[in-house]
Amino acid sequence: MRKKALDSVYTLAKNDERVIFIGSDLGPGVLENMKNEMPERFFMEGVSEQHIVGMAAGLAMEGFIPYVNTIATFLSRRCFEQVAMDLCLQDLPVRLISNGAGGVYAPLGPTHLAVEDIAIMRALPNMTIVCPCDADEMNRFMLKTLDWPHPIYIRLAKGGDKIISNESAGFEIGKSILMKNGKDGLFITTGVMTQLALQAVEKLEHEGINCGVLHMHTIKPIDENSLFNLIPNVKAVVTIEEHTRIGGLGTAILEFCSDSIPEHTHKIFRIGIPDKFAEEYGSQNSLLEHWGITVHNIISSMKNKLNK
Amino acid sequence: MTKLDERSKDLRKNVIKMVEVDKRGHIGPALSLIEIMRVLFDSFLTFDASNPKWEKRDRFILSKGHGCLALYSILADKNYFSKNEFNNFCKPTSILGGHPERDKTPGVEASTGALGHGLPMAVGIALAAKIKKETNRVVVVMGDGEINEGSVWEAAMSASKHKLSNLIAFIDHNKLQSYGKTTEVLDMSPLPEKWQSFGFNVHEIDGHNIEALEELLKTLPVNIEKPTVVICHTIKGKGFPFAEGNPNWHHKSGLKEEDILEMYKCLE
Repeated sequence: MRKKALDSVYTLAKNDERVIFIGSDLGPGVLENMKNEMPERFFMEGVSEQHIVGMAAGLAMEGFIPYVNTIATFLSRRCFEQVAMDLCLQDLPVRLISNGAGGVYAPLGPTHLAVEDIAIMRALPNMTIVCPCDADEMNRFMLKTLDWPHPIYIRLAKGGDKIISNESAGFEIGKSILMKNGKDGLFITTGVMTQLALQAVEKLEHEGINCGVLHMHTIKPIDENSLFNLIPNVKAVVTIEEHTRIGGLGTAILEFCSDSIPEHTHKIFRIGIPDKFAEEYGSQNSLLEHWGITVHNIISSMKNKLNK
Repeated sequence: MTKLDERSKDLRKNVIKMVEVDKRGHIGPALSLIEIMRVLFDSFLTFDASNPKWEKRDRFILSKGHGCLALYSILADKNYFSKNEFNNFCKPTSILGGHPERDKTPGVEASTGALGHGLPMAVGIALAAKIKKETNRVVVVMGDGEINEGSVWEAAMSASKHKLSNLIAFIDHNKLQSYGKTTEVLDMSPLPEKWQSFGFNVHEIDGHNIEALEELLKTLPVNIEKPTVVICHTIKGKGFPFAEGNPNWHHKSGLKEEDILEMYKCLE
């Protein structure tokens, strides 16, 4: 997904002179083609995230569309004030492409895990947060980033090579995609968690339980219309995110329900990362298991909520 | 000691008009800046107050946003907005807040106040000019306390790397930060050497000396391969003897009527 995101930056840059790429100190060879063909719009600025975000703001003030890329935790934790003041307060069209959110960097430990980035970004006015579910969707989304007038936090997580999105669903920032309709329960997911939900739905189907999947690729602004139309029609809603249960997708859904359809708030169950720094290394999958974010748990959570 | 001429006094009277409204404001940090701002807007920057977003304008960022009283004083003087706005300083719907905001105040290029943000943004703007092959310059004014921030030095390295000769930074070196003397809170000396080693052309000057500032600015930028920094030796609270070098006047609140009268008296 990361490769697709960067390939897209190259394609966008080729066709639009406003596109700029800024990396911090990424791996060798990143966007070599852009560096060679458009050197004046390719920047590799070193381990200085605070500066990079400010510099991107300055370029955006002058009409450019900077795509900033580094590891998610350094874009969300390290330069939070720059993101808040330089990008959000001034509402500038800078795109933050964050690598390895959630448990992707499991072997590297808690310093490299971005598990509260959605909560951090969601608290900022004017910020848009997008978590595509696979490389194809990433591609469709990136095309939409050129003319979105606000800053965007793009959350990349590894999800294997599996493509689950469908071109016919299209992509509109702020508009969720109903991957599957269901009458008993509804999974609301974001990013690669949508893949897990689809697996769970299939298994539940064998047990005679009919569940839908609403893929919320845009967490902010949240697609209130879909929530308003879908939640009242099911008996249970399970949210799934590779993110702390504090302040992310599940919280956003609860907040929406509490504000707009409070009589349905009790239907919500949130699956996410517990309120602890990671205690294990291993792999993204082993960490997800450690955190209880598994197809097995997703299924049992839905069954519990449905009293089945 | 540089004596203030009528124009410098008038610009300070604007400051008093604003702090009179709510009897408070960052007075000391504005007064050290007045002459720097005056010379920049009188003799150096290219701009059109009737068209603040004019593409060919030089970009100016007051990175030490708490010095906004000096910025508002000169912007009104240049007719970016009416001096009547002074009477609304920091009122709920005013265009003049306690720190400058882009898109709220005509002539304000960037929202500042959180320190250490101006130079990184200025680097981005200067790069944009280079990419577009525009000749406009980018001027940023920082405080000597502000440059404690690491982001300033990240941006300094980048400005040097990109040979941003269109970027000129001024440091309002008034030797006092909020708590006390800069040499005691966090000694940044040797300042000129620090900037030199970060790849800047360095100038030092008396930041209240109009003729000297004007002479220097005529020569800038001097080196096409480097960004420039001008370290301006200034006095915090300049013009009001009771405020000069007095940390209590960094942010002053609860000003009494006699304080206001006393300030005006200094400018007679």
